[in-house]
Amino acid sequence: MKFDLKVWGPIIALIVLCVAGAFMNENFLSAANITNVLSRSAFIGIIAVGMTFVITTGGLDLSVGSMAAFIAGVMILIMNYLIPSMGVTVGVVLIGMAAALALGFVAGLLNGLLITKMRIEAFIVTLGGLGIFRSLVTWLADGGTISLDFDMRTFYRPVYYDGILGISWPIIVFAIVAILGEIAMRYTAYGRHCAAIGSNEQVARYSAVHVDRVRTATYVILGVLVGVATIMYVPRLGSASSSTGVLWELEAIAAVIIGGTTLQGGFGRVWGTVIGVLILSLIGNLLNLTDYVSPYLNGAIQGVIIILAVVLQREKRASR
Amino acid sequence: MQANAQMVTQGESAPVLELRNVSRFFGPVQVLFDLNFDLRPGEVHALIGENGAGKSTTMKIMTGYIGASEGEIILDGKPVVFHSAEDAENEGVELIHQEFNLAEQLTVEENVFLGRELKKGFLLDQKTMRDRTRDLLAQLETNVSPRARISEISVPEMQMVEISKALSRNARVLIMDEPTAALTSAEAEVLFKQVDRLRAEGVAILYTSHKLEEVKRIADRVTVLRDGRHVLTAPASDLSEEDMATAMVGREMSNLFPPKRTEAGDVVLEVANMAVPRYVENASFTLRRGEILGIAGLIGSGRTELMEGLVGARAATGTVTLNGEPLRIRNVDDARKAGIVYLTEDRKARGLLLNQGMRQNLTLLALSQFSNVLIDGKAEEAALDKAITEFDIRAPYRDVKVGNLSGGNQQKLLLAKTMLADPDIVIIDEPTRGIDIGTKQQIYEFIHRLAGEGKSIIVISSEMAEVIGLANRVMVMRLGRVAGEVSGEDVNEDTIVKLAMGITSGTNNEV
Ligand SMILES: Nc1ncnc2c1ncn2[C@@H]1O[C@H](COP(=O)(O)OP(=O)(O)OP(=O)(O)O)[C@@H](O)[C@H]1O
Ligand SMILES: [Mg+2]
Repeated sequence: MKFDLKVWGPIIALIVLCVAGAFMNENFLSAANITNVLSRSAFIGIIAVGMTFVITTGGLDLSVGSMAAFIAGVMILIMNYLIPSMGVTVGVVLIGMAAALALGFVAGLLNGLLITKMRIEAFIVTLGGLGIFRSLVTWLADGGTISLDFDMRTFYRPVYYDGILGISWPIIVFAIVAILGEIAMRYTAYGRHCAAIGSNEQVARYSAVHVDRVRTATYVILGVLVGVATIMYVPRLGSASSSTGVLWELEAIAAVIIGGTTLQGGFGRVWGTVIGVLILSLIGNLLNLTDYVSPYLNGAIQGVIIILAVVLQREKRASR
Repeated sequence: MQANAQMVTQGESAPVLELRNVSRFFGPVQVLFDLNFDLRPGEVHALIGENGAGKSTTMKIMTGYIGASEGEIILDGKPVVFHSAEDAENEGVELIHQEFNLAEQLTVEENVFLGRELKKGFLLDQKTMRDRTRDLLAQLETNVSPRARISEISVPEMQMVEISKALSRNARVLIMDEPTAALTSAEAEVLFKQVDRLRAEGVAILYTSHKLEEVKRIADRVTVLRDGRHVLTAPASDLSEEDMATAMVGREMSNLFPPKRTEAGDVVLEVANMAVPRYVENASFTLRRGEILGIAGLIGSGRTELMEGLVGARAATGTVTLNGEPLRIRNVDDARKAGIVYLTEDRKARGLLLNQGMRQNLTLLALSQFSNVLIDGKAEEAALDKAITEFDIRAPYRDVKVGNLSGGNQQKLLLAKTMLADPDIVIIDEPTRGIDIGTKQQIYEFIHRLAGEGKSIIVISSEMAEVIGLANRVMVMRLGRVAGEVSGEDVNEDTIVKLAMGITSGTNNEV
């Protein structure tokens, strides 16, 4: 196999980043710091895995950040509502989790059906969703913050902070989602069908692929994963407000693109997305730990990296 | 006569465009070896060879789309380097691509003038462009509105738009890569009239085709390529069609068509009152086990749409009965499950994923055979091995993107992909479009073998010889309706053409 920048690019970038970080700050590669970075990036990571399928199929979902905020708000309201009758119990937490997953499922299904059955552009549908969900959560919170019952918060906290063998739950869940995603993308008919639709929808249709069904499913999977991410996120802060999940959609999309999935669709790789997530969060972390560059420039640096990634990975023009 | 007159003057006229010792590599793979030949003004030069011989690559080098790895291009006796297609166009060297290069969402007139729009001051001169487009299309006897979108017109119409685009540019060297692959012989005749006109005006023309009788009819000189190497260049009058075929393939060619199959089993498929909105009305026909049914008709007669309706690729109404049972087909997958597959005439837009590899393309239709929960990559590779041997697919390397295969080899891959679904009824739309004569013979034999195995085959073809040579029964369509049906002795050019043109009405319409 000859050296292929498209394959190795993201990996090399990650290694360079780690090495550079280790020189700049001795704490950068410490277990505590890595765990911290990984736990924080798990939400975006889980969502980005779902986003990889959507983008591979030639779609886009701008609504995920607002959707996460909305789901977090509703989940907290449901749990608060149940506590008086059921008390601070596992039952309430489970109902809250189920509600989050169900909401994600329904929201994803709505996106998917509007896009496939009503034939509205994915960009438009999910841009609408971005506004609607954000406004709904603001309304539910009456412009302020929806807070989880205090005792419940203590009870639910371990889901974010605990784990097994020193690895926190968000990291474990992210890893499982990523591994399942990678397998689905690479080794199942579903993943193949996503790439086929993203390459050429007509060809896929003439090849007996159920285009609408596969495409709707990508949005449903993403919705459910937003639910999963929210389940991990709520115990961290124990609240939701209009500023929850702001710009998550862009971070998720950026991670997917840095990972080498093509924005026009037709080719996607989940492991690349995972690396993309790591690169983005490690940069943010490094800026916080060192003082060479102001952390306020985080966004600018991320922007440069996204553009650079796309330039480097661009299909070499058919050699003249 | 005219060709002979040209022959005399040829010796005197100096070449306009010449290739000297040109080689081309794609990565480590060499596809052209030390090529030499030239084009002269007022001469039609045909470049022929098997699929993957390097014809399109040669043409792209001559017109600046790609560069030569070695050797030089001589224009008017002086070496030139075309850095881009635009460089070549500025010198009056035009290429009409084998695969269409049209913007799907733009109109016909916008495509014809794309990149060189006429202007009146700052604004586009829409009226002149429209009139010019209309004139060009009229010359080509093509009845399509300049304002129609490319996505709405048929494949042969697209070909005519490509040709108008090149004609609008007043080229002095016109290079055409399989311009007639998508045309019926009547439509090709229209194109050849224009070619004759251009030749008389002193334009140098290079063209390629797998239809050798056409080459014989139109070309003054012929160059044969085999596996990227120059085999011969000779006056067309010195070569018979057999000579050309032998030089291309490197072996003697026997009969193109196997002896016809006359026996057929029970009726397996019965289609009644099939209608496809806007295209087909009230079409009924039957198909028997082990039968090869031909479908003839002019372009736009609804042949393709009828079959697409049947397999669920288009909305259609009507009743379908399979082995005596009613069958409802809502999408292509329903048809596949019932054992009916359709091989599209438009391999680029509907047949193959050009940016993916051969393996992904091969197994896409029949993917369920290769996956339980996970896809069995080994089985896929084995299937690819088998397809490469069985269909003689010639790829420069195994993980080549399908878009980089030569046109004919794409067609073979498409055929392999369709057959992998192990169908009982195979509908093939233009089975040999862009396929060389040696492979054509293989495909015809393959179709016969399938019929011999008890499968039923429907062949839609614009090549009359193909329908006549393969089918024992031919259904002729005209203006979206079944115009009639002929079988046995009546399967001949005369009867079919008359039905297709509406000169006679179907006599033995009922089966
Ligand atoms: N961009 C590319 N990358 C790799 N290989 C290529 C590329 N373009 C062409 N080839 C290879 O070069 C060879 C010659 O291809 P070419 O398209 O010139 O054949 P052709 O004679 O036009 O065949 P056909 O009759 O099927 O159109 C083929 O093996 C093809 O796969
Ligand atoms: Mg070619």
